[in-house]
Formats: sequence, C-alpha cells, structure tokens
Amino acid sequence: MAERDLPESEKVMHIAGQALAELDPLTLSRWQFGLTTVYHFLFVPLTIGMVLLVAIMQTIWTRTNDEKWLKMTKLFGKIFLINFAMGVVTGIVQEFQFGMNWSNYSRFVGDVFGAPLAMEGLLAFFFESTFIGLWIFGWGRLSKKVHLLTIWVTTLGVWLSAYFILAANAFMQHPVGFTINAAKNRAELTDIGAVLTNIVALNQFPHTVTASIMFAGGVMVAVGAYHLKRNQYVESMYRSLRFGLWAALLGGIGTIISGDGLGLAMVQTQPMKMAAAEALYNTATGKDASFSIFTWGTPDGHSELFSIRIPYLLSFLSTHSLNGTVEGLNNLQAQYTHLYGPGNYMPIIWLTYWAFRWMIGLGLVAMLVAVVGLVVTRKGRTQLPKWVWNTAIWATPLALLAISVGWTFTEMGRQPWIVFSLMKTADGVSPGVTGLDVLISIVVFTLIYGVLAVVEFGILRKAVAAGPDVLVAQDEHADADHLAVAY
Amino acid sequence: MALNHIWFLIVGFLFIGYFVLDGFDFGVGMSLPFLGKDDTDRRVLINTIGPVWDLNETWVLVAGASLFASFPEWYASLFSGFYLALLLILVALILRGVAFEYRGKGETTKWKRTFDWMIVVGSALPALLWGVAFANIVNGVPLNAQHIYTGNLFTLLNPYGLLGGLTTLTVFWLHGLIFISLKTDGEIKDRARALAKKVGYAATVIAASFLVWTLVVHFSVIGFVLTGIAALALIAAQAANWIKREGLAFTLMVLTIITAVGALFAALYPNVLPSTTDPAFSLTIENASSSQYTLTVMSWVAAIMIPFVLAYQTWTYWVFRKRISRKNIPATAH
Repeated sequence: MAERDLPESEKVMHIAGQALAELDPLTLSRWQFGLTTVYHFLFVPLTIGMVLLVAIMQTIWTRTNDEKWLKMTKLFGKIFLINFAMGVVTGIVQEFQFGMNWSNYSRFVGDVFGAPLAMEGLLAFFFESTFIGLWIFGWGRLSKKVHLLTIWVTTLGVWLSAYFILAANAFMQHPVGFTINAAKNRAELTDIGAVLTNIVALNQFPHTVTASIMFAGGVMVAVGAYHLKRNQYVESMYRSLRFGLWAALLGGIGTIISGDGLGLAMVQTQPMKMAAAEALYNTATGKDASFSIFTWGTPDGHSELFSIRIPYLLSFLSTHSLNGTVEGLNNLQAQYTHLYGPGNYMPIIWLTYWAFRWMIGLGLVAMLVAVVGLVVTRKGRTQLPKWVWNTAIWATPLALLAISVGWTFTEMGRQPWIVFSLMKTADGVSPGVTGLDVLISIVVFTLIYGVLAVVEFGILRKAVAAGPDVLVAQDEHADADHLAVAY
Repeated sequence: MALNHIWFLIVGFLFIGYFVLDGFDFGVGMSLPFLGKDDTDRRVLINTIGPVWDLNETWVLVAGASLFASFPEWYASLFSGFYLALLLILVALILRGVAFEYRGKGETTKWKRTFDWMIVVGSALPALLWGVAFANIVNGVPLNAQHIYTGNLFTLLNPYGLLGGLTTLTVFWLHGLIFISLKTDGEIKDRARALAKKVGYAATVIAASFLVWTLVVHFSVIGFVLTGIAALALIAAQAANWIKREGLAFTLMVLTIITAVGALFAALYPNVLPSTTDPAFSLTIENASSSQYTLTVMSWVAAIMIPFVLAYQTWTYWVFRKRISRKNIPATAH
C-alpha cells in the first residue's frame, strides 16, 4: 500500500516508527553514561572527603570530651549521611549499566575489569554498608570506642572502594596485566598485581581523595560561614570554619602535587590526552612547549587569534624538564593511524582544552578562597562583613565543579577509545539494546535524578539551617526506652 | 571440581544471601499499608530493618560484580537482555533507598505519605521482578549464536516467568511478616502474625506450583531434594507462626528461601542462560566463565573475605537484636 493511501493516524505512526529506528543506541548510551556518572560523582567526593573529616572530628571528641567537637561530628555526620544515601542509590546504576548498555565492552574486558569490581564489592562495599549502619544507629548502643571504630572502618571501606574503582578505570586508560585471547576474542587477566598497581591508578587515587577532601573542607567552611554570618553557634561553627579551611587548603595542595604526578603518568601512557589538553597540534620542545592560559580563536584552538602563554610550562608539566619535548596531535594521529589503522584518534579538542583549564582554574580559586579565609578569620575573628561570609558560601561548588570537569577531561580525553588501544567506544555498546530502550532509561533517570537533586538540596539546607545544638539536645532526651537514633 | 563450577556455586550463594536478606526488607516495605495504622506504627516497621537494609541490599551489588568477574558472558547477555526489567528494579531500589533516608526529614503528612508509597512500590516491584528474572534465567530466553538476547520486555512476561514473580512476591512478603513478628512487640506483632497466616496460604500454593513446574521441566535428584525441603520448611514455618514461635518460623523461612533458590540453580546447572532459539547457543558454565587465572585470584579473595563478611554482619545483627515497639520510637527521626 502506497503511503498516501494510509489514514492520517497511521502515517504519524509510520513517521514515529522511522524516527525511533533512527535513534542511535551508541549516542544515547554515551549520553546516559555521561549523565548518570557525572551525577553519581556529585555525591561521591563529599562522601570520600567528609567521612574522613567526621572520623577525625569524632576522634578529637573522644579524646578531649570537648562538646563542640561532638556537635560538629553530629552536624557534619548528618550532612554526610544525607549525601551518602544519594551516592549509594546512584552507584547501583553504575554497576548495572556496564552490562546493560555496554555488553560488548563487558564481554571483551570482563575477565580483567570484573575482578577489581568484585573486589570492591567483597572488600569495600560490605564494609561501608555494614559499618555505616552501625555508626548511624550505634550512638548510645555501642561503647564510645567501638562506635568510633565503626566510622574509621567506614572510612576504610569508602577509600578502598575508591581505590578499586579507580584501578578498574585505570585499566581503561592504560591497560596492563592482560593478554588477548584471540580464540575467545577477549582480554584475559594475567597479572592482578599489575592491574592493582597500574601507574594511572596509583596517581589517580591520591588526586581523587585530596580533591574530595578539598571539597568536603569547602562544605564545612560554608556551613560555618552560614551560622557565623548570623552570629549563632559561634564556638562550634568557628571551629568548623577553621577546620574546613585547613582541610580545603591541605586538600588543595595535595591535589596539585598528585595532579602533577598524574600529568606525568598521562604523558607516558596517553600522550594524545596531554596534547589534547593543550590543543598542541605540532610537536614542541622547550620554550615552544608553552601552556596557554587563554586562547581566542576557532573553538578547537586550531587557528588562534590571541592567547596568553607561559613558555616552557607545558614542557615542565609533561616531563619535569624545561627542555622536554611534547608530542603534538598531528604527529600522534599519524603514529596511531600507522599502529591501529585508519581513523580519527583525536578526542574533541575544544572540550579537552577548556575542561583542563577549568579544572585547574576552579581548583586554584577554591584554594585562594581557603588561604584568604584562613588569614581573615585568624585569632578568633568572627565579626566580618556579610559579603565575606557570602563569598565563603558561594565558593563551595568551585571544588566540586573542578572535580566534574576534571573527570570530563579524563574520560573525553580517552576517546575514541573505551579501553585505550584495545577497543573503541563505538564497539563496546550493547548490540541487542534498541535506541528506544536507551531513550526510555535516559528519560527515566533524568526525571528521577532531577527531582531527587531538588529534594536532596532542600533537605541539606534544612539540616544546615537547624544547626548543631538540636542534634546533641536530642541525645539528652534519649533514655532506656527510646532508641537514641531511629528513622 | 573445576573452578568455574565452584564459582557457579559462589554466585548462587551470593544471590541466595541477597534474597534471604533483602527478601525480608521487601516484605517489611510491602507491609507498611497493611500493618502501619499510623505514623508511629510505620516507623516501628521501618526501624526493624533500619540499620541493616543497606548491607542487605549490598549483597546484590556483590552478586552482580562477582557474576561480572566470574562469568562475563553471562553478565553481558543477562544485563543487556533484561534491560527494561533491570531498569525497573533500579528505579525501585533508588526510590526505596532514598525514601528510608528522607521520609523522617519532613514533618507534613503529605511528605511522609509520599515516601511511604515509594517504599511500598520500591519493595513490591523488585520482589516481583527478581522472580520473573530468575524464572526466565532457568527456563531460557531467545539468544542468538552470539549469545545476544533477541526478545523484549514482554518475552519475559510469560506464564512461567509471571508465576516465578508471584512466588518471590508472596514468599518475600511472608518472610517479611514473620521477620516483623520476630522484631516487634505489641499489637503490631499480632497483626503481622495474623496477616502472615493469610499470605502464607497464597505463598504456599503459588510457590508449590512454581517449584513443581520447575522440577517437572528440569528434573534432577538434587533439585528434587531441595524442592522437598523447601516445601516442608515453608509449611513448617507457618506452623511455627501459628504456635507463636517467631524465631523458629523465621529460621524455617530462611531455610525455605535457601533451598528454593538452590533448587532454581540446580535446575539451571550446567547452563547459566539457556537459549530457547537453539540449545547450541546456550551460555553454559564452560563457555561463559572467566579464565582460570581470574577465577583463581577471585577464589582467594572470596575464600578470605566471605567468612569475614559473614562474621561482622552477624555481629551487626547481634548489636541490633532487640525487639522494637511503639514506645521505643523517639519523637524526631535522625
């Protein structure tokens, strides 16, 4: 039957059917992975950083019996938990979607990649989920020392979990400890030690945890500033502010040092990514290997009109030598075409170029805020103009944004590979999953995640505004009959 | 015994652990509208699993990751094939987890009602869908020569799959009700016992038909023995509920779930995901497993960690062993 003979409604169905058939599962799966991962990682840094800071605060309280440290432990513990819940539920999606959306990838690397994931589960997730329950509901039920131990074991679980997942990610950046089984068409593990001590993981882990501590410190600063601006809970909130400022500064310094190490590892393992970070098209040596702070020109930096450049800096970042040579995109493209066959081996240059700059820039501004904060609030100074406190509050997202664009850089800079040199992203997608399937899941996740973000932010605000004293007062009402802590 | 066969058992063990533990969480969540007459009642119910639901749920993460590590082909075919069913399970688990944590952080009735319903739906949906999923795993699904699933969501909603779903739905509900009678005191405990009697009838009939159907199609001696134990334990659990022996009833429910899920894994063996398109396309323990080296590494990790995990999780249950009743519920939630 010719199309014009169809009734109107069937024509619409027909067109809709064609549009659905054209939905590309690959593009949609990439968007879904990007969206859900960036979203998941909005909660993870605060978990990684804050669990340690809460453990330290509770340790100080256990040692000194000083009530302000108990108040701080309770308030930041509460903030930690509100955030932790979101990290947990969005984390399940992460583990499932390797198989759901990237089944060819899973088939190809499961023998290697599955091991650190399973270790994460057996060694870290069980620790985290069991001991966090003991910590939350153990107030008043466990002895002080055992209860303190539970938050430290939770910290251990959270940090181990970070290490294993970064080791798994490191395999995608720089595959090691494997052999290709041609008959089974898959990568097979030959050396678990090599996978777990991957140079990328060894450098990525300190970079991730120190940046997380910087952000968690920033959150403490914001909460302190919120109350000091209102001149309330001054004693405990001034201590929180200073503690947070130091955590942000020390975390920031750690992030710079570890970032330097990670940069060197990146040049060794993924030179294309470093070239893409600078949009360096042609190999450069020494003075010419400069770092541009800003470029005005075509979006990919290919033909620049104006830029501010620091000579030697890219050479130093890449090789720790002023006369080092940094390979350019064009040279690497030629090498890779020779090695891996025809194709485009460059990531999206404007994206990597700007993400790299925003990561560094936002991180540095966050550190600057911490340094200035330490100076202006020294020696117990809490009578400051409102705009100072507001700056401290509004500076909170800087470190988190830096972390997000940093990961965007790392993952987009690996493209077109899903596992560098072994498998392209386009080959990793699930062959049996339709574009409609992924469209449905992407819409569902976006809706739920959007609503939850609003709810979570509202709850966090409320918890911050309620302040620390009410949490400790609740304890005093607890008696033999009532549970000290309950849902 | 070859390592891949041992890993079939370990994966089975982890899923059994998940169903035993999160199974009663689902049952508790489903019971909210039936047993919770007011907010305090509902808080009693939620607090019976308060400190442990997260660790219980973690079993599925560990089971999934272990499946990935030990049988990558199985993980890949199963998770991509059951795409929309797993999406529903994920959504349910997200809603449930968030609801436990956030329901006490608002004061209005509307706020609490909203999260209560998220807990109910977030518990009932996975309780149903895990059964549908496992029934289809045992029965087989259309897989092509590349082990790629060629059906859709509705392929899974066949009579056997749906019966499997109803089995887990009712058995987990019963499991949860008996758990509530073990963990609470007062009126709510009596209500849980009374409801468990009614749900028990349905669970027995449905589970028996499902397990017998499974046994007829995939007969094995071990499957027969496990099914027999499951049936006896399920009936004995209800008898124990009648005579108010909650601890015994709960233990027997645990035994029911262990043996019933064990019977499903026995029916599956030595396949891991049979193909209904052509038996030659089936995923088996042999063609789906990881390399010998990976399995060796993971065996060491499992051998060292699993006993340790069981020890500290048992300790957690011991710490939170006390029964909860209305008088224990503090005015404000944490």
